[in-house]
Amino acid sequence: MDFKEKSTVMTAADMNRVMARMASQIVENNPDLSNILLVGIHRRGVPLAEKLAAKIKDMDNFDVATGTLDITLYRDDLSTVAEQPIVNSTQLPANITGKTIILVDDVLYTGRTVRAALDELIDFGRPHRVQLAVLIDRGWRELPIQADYIGKFVNTTENEIIKVMLPEFDEAEKVIVVEHP
Amino acid sequence: MPLQRKDLLGTEELSAEEINLILDTAATFRDINNRRIKKVPTLRGKTIINLFFEASTRTRTSFEIAGKRLSADTINISASTSSVVKGETLIDTAQNLEAMAPDAIVIRHPSSGAPHQIAKYVKSAVINAGDGAHEHPTQALLDAFTIRRSKGKIAGLKIAIIGDVLHSRVARSNAYLLSKLGAEVIFAGPNTLLPHGFEKQFGGNVKFAPNVNEAIADADAVMMLRIQMERQSGGYFPSLKEYSIHYGLNMKRLALAKADAIVLHPGPVNRGVEIESDVADGSTSLILDQVANGVAVRMAVLYLLAGGE
Repeated sequence: MDFKEKSTVMTAADMNRVMARMASQIVENNPDLSNILLVGIHRRGVPLAEKLAAKIKDMDNFDVATGTLDITLYRDDLSTVAEQPIVNSTQLPANITGKTIILVDDVLYTGRTVRAALDELIDFGRPHRVQLAVLIDRGWRELPIQADYIGKFVNTTENEIIKVMLPEFDEAEKVIVVEHP
Repeated sequence: MPLQRKDLLGTEELSAEEINLILDTAATFRDINNRRIKKVPTLRGKTIINLFFEASTRTRTSFEIAGKRLSADTINISASTSSVVKGETLIDTAQNLEAMAPDAIVIRHPSSGAPHQIAKYVKSAVINAGDGAHEHPTQALLDAFTIRRSKGKIAGLKIAIIGDVLHSRVARSNAYLLSKLGAEVIFAGPNTLLPHGFEKQFGGNVKFAPNVNEAIADADAVMMLRIQMERQSGGYFPSLKEYSIHYGLNMKRLALAKADAIVLHPGPVNRGVEIESDVADGSTSLILDQVANGVAVRMAVLYLLAGGE
């Protein structure tokens, strides 16, 4: 699919600065770092969660636990999509009961991904608290869900797409707004 | 690449890409079977009918559990308690079930081609759970999954399949599947139970060994087939005792295979006939792993075929 690039929202340096700020907010809100679990939502939430963990390590010299979550099997549109999406693996510790879980994703949009992620988490145990960290909040929520840590709020139209580009998946590291031509 | 087909009728028509997609998807589903809550909401509201015209515990239970762990509603119908005993035809049975709008029909039938026939008459996904001596695709998929999990790959492995190849749908489905993935498949067994047309049908990767020892020599995996007591009216071999001596898997024979060779059997096992108990229960036996993996593979197949529009 071809996209027309409209504007750059963040450069790699901006992303790095914003991630450092989010990491420090997470530490500030959660004094007991041994009880938190950073859970990246596939695909781009996974490296972002690792990056946040690295920032926390830089700041506090503490290795926060991380995990990954694939919400495919919990999607609310599976019965309407023509092709079944590829399922990635979910890697969580055996017991998440009592933990403070920080879900990490690249873009918060309709909120449906987070709804699915919450349902999946509950099947693994009963966390003490669940918080949400996103690099970009682009509005257009369809469910009553909001983030606790936001990298940047970006005003978008419905036709625009936010592309978070990460070295793990893309050739560049930046956040851009694109539109179908 | 998604699985772009309505039915799973055999491994003959699957491409290597499609096989790998199913195996990769199954790897994720296997984790679900180890979770505290062994259930995901993926197929909520979908209905799966298990239509079994032949006896089965493992396969039927496996499909039922797979469906339930995906939150589908599963219904089991066995021929002995259905209208088949009142003389209803296969097509009528299928169309009547179809009228109740299931999303998938899993069928086992003693006649080769029965699932293919049903697939033409119904809109639901049809999954072949064994048709006569023809195919048993999910068994071959779970065998491949078990081998891949243990060896890390399929391509380049030597896999010996021993026993009653003639009556075995498992052997046929595995010959197609394993050779497509680049394994070397070697069959051996009593000459009366080896369909020699196979070599032509499957091409270079499938061969027959003159005896069991040669087939097993240097094998990475040894798959023993069940002597199908219900299909042995033809006098293919003199006695079970003799079969066991010449074709059964014992520790001495297994020692001919590679040191890290694994032992597989599709079940149910005839202990002391095609396999000795110390081999079946030994450390190289993955027979119970196969059963565990069967649920994951069937979840993957149901997800890929019964999900979506």
